Amino acid sequence: MTVNVTVVDYGVGNLLSVTRALAHVGAAPVLSSDPAVILASEFLVLPGVGAFGAAMMELERRGLTGALRERGRCGRPFLGICLGAQLLLDGSDEFGSHDGLGLISGRVQAVPSTGGDGRTHRIPHIGWADLAEPAPGRWQGTIFQDTRPGTSVYFVHSFHAMPTDPAHLLAVVDYDGIPVTAAIGHGAVTGCQFHPEKSGEAGLRMLHRFAGLGD
Amino acid sequence: MAHLRLIARLDIKAPNLIKGIHLEGVRVVGNPQTFAQRYYDQGVDELLYVDAVASLYGRNSLTDLVRHTAENVFIPITVGGGLRSVDDVRAMLRAGADKVAINTAAVARPDLIREVAETFGSQCMVVSIQAKRQTDGRWEALTDGGREHSKLDAIHWARQAQDLGAGEILLTSVDQEGTQKGFDLALTRAVAEAVTIPVIASGGMGKLDHLDAVVGEGKADAVAMAHVLHYDKLSLDAIRAHARNSGITVRHDG
Repeated sequence: MTVNVTVVDYGVGNLLSVTRALAHVGAAPVLSSDPAVILASEFLVLPGVGAFGAAMMELERRGLTGALRERGRCGRPFLGICLGAQLLLDGSDEFGSHDGLGLISGRVQAVPSTGGDGRTHRIPHIGWADLAEPAPGRWQGTIFQDTRPGTSVYFVHSFHAMPTDPAHLLAVVDYDGIPVTAAIGHGAVTGCQFHPEKSGEAGLRMLHRFAGLGD
Repeated sequence: MAHLRLIARLDIKAPNLIKGIHLEGVRVVGNPQTFAQRYYDQGVDELLYVDAVASLYGRNSLTDLVRHTAENVFIPITVGGGLRSVDDVRAMLRAGADKVAINTAAVARPDLIREVAETFGSQCMVVSIQAKRQTDGRWEALTDGGREHSKLDAIHWARQAQDLGAGEILLTSVDQEGTQKGFDLALTRAVAEAVTIPVIASGGMGKLDHLDAVVGEGKADAVAMAHVLHYDKLSLDAIRAHARNSGITVRHDG
């Protein structure tokens, strides 16, 4: 059985890495910038790197925001990666205030420039960090179903998602004593701040699970 | 700090993986693809490919290698050597690189850093600095694979690169490179303290203690290793175990 995973192509980001990783786990990635295809997709991935405002503008320009909002409310699996995860929220304050897709309530904020001890730390936050489950059982039935707490994944970002409802926090990491959002989730909509497609075998397992290929 | 990143550095003189000393005196090590796959399987955090002769010929010849590697290797891949324009960077990112490391072309025209950062994001713009110790205690940034002088002070240049939008600094000590005698700690620390973006220390890794020094005294965020990995002097498992014993956190496999 072929599992088609639609990857939103809007001129932003690492499409190649994502499609290769999806193909590697046995899915059939399909690039699309067609609102009808995106709306009808069984599995949908929204990648992205760069600035929030610029990405929303690219989605608008291609007439995709409506389809993405509708697709996000229909209960079929939807995964945002990195900037694509941030776009799921109501908005961001990166370089001015911008509206997002509003699929998960909350805003995107800068990762604090100091650690828990008040000392300046590196921004962007680049590298591997260990995933923690915010509450027991939170990963049940999610892409983290077969991930062990403490597994490291790869981040590169300066901003992160702050969901309004703490129940929408799916995974966190510690950055010098500061909690940083690693993943958010609400129903079938999941957002990963880290890059599962660049997180080795652990990341591939998550994509495998996302594409309904687990078990 | 975040986990120390362990990066395998593969210098390429197409089609071979090579290793030199002080960026010169090249020896063939083997097939880069084989080594890259092995390091991925052993849990290395990132790969760094450097086209060692690209600046000589004015072009990077690693596109095919990067394309093949990215099919089976799912960690960040940085590519450097001979990249001169936004179009060169685009081609490399399209082949599967996640970041590019630029030295010579950025020294010649610093605005290239800003252009790449604005077009593709700072996260993929690594400025590569090849620093050579001077008699007055400072370091000069060299270009063209360590062959040409820029007269730029490496520390000032690092700060300028950050201001122009660099996301990371790849800092190679020309003096220590290939010697296995340890990193240039004073250099690494000076750059790490001059910028707020991550600094990758490269050049000199020879034994496990060098890791403690470059993180503790050098304040490096990442280390790039070549010789010790290529010639099997140290395994990634041994390096990670040593790091943990020294209180340096590293990536955990799930």
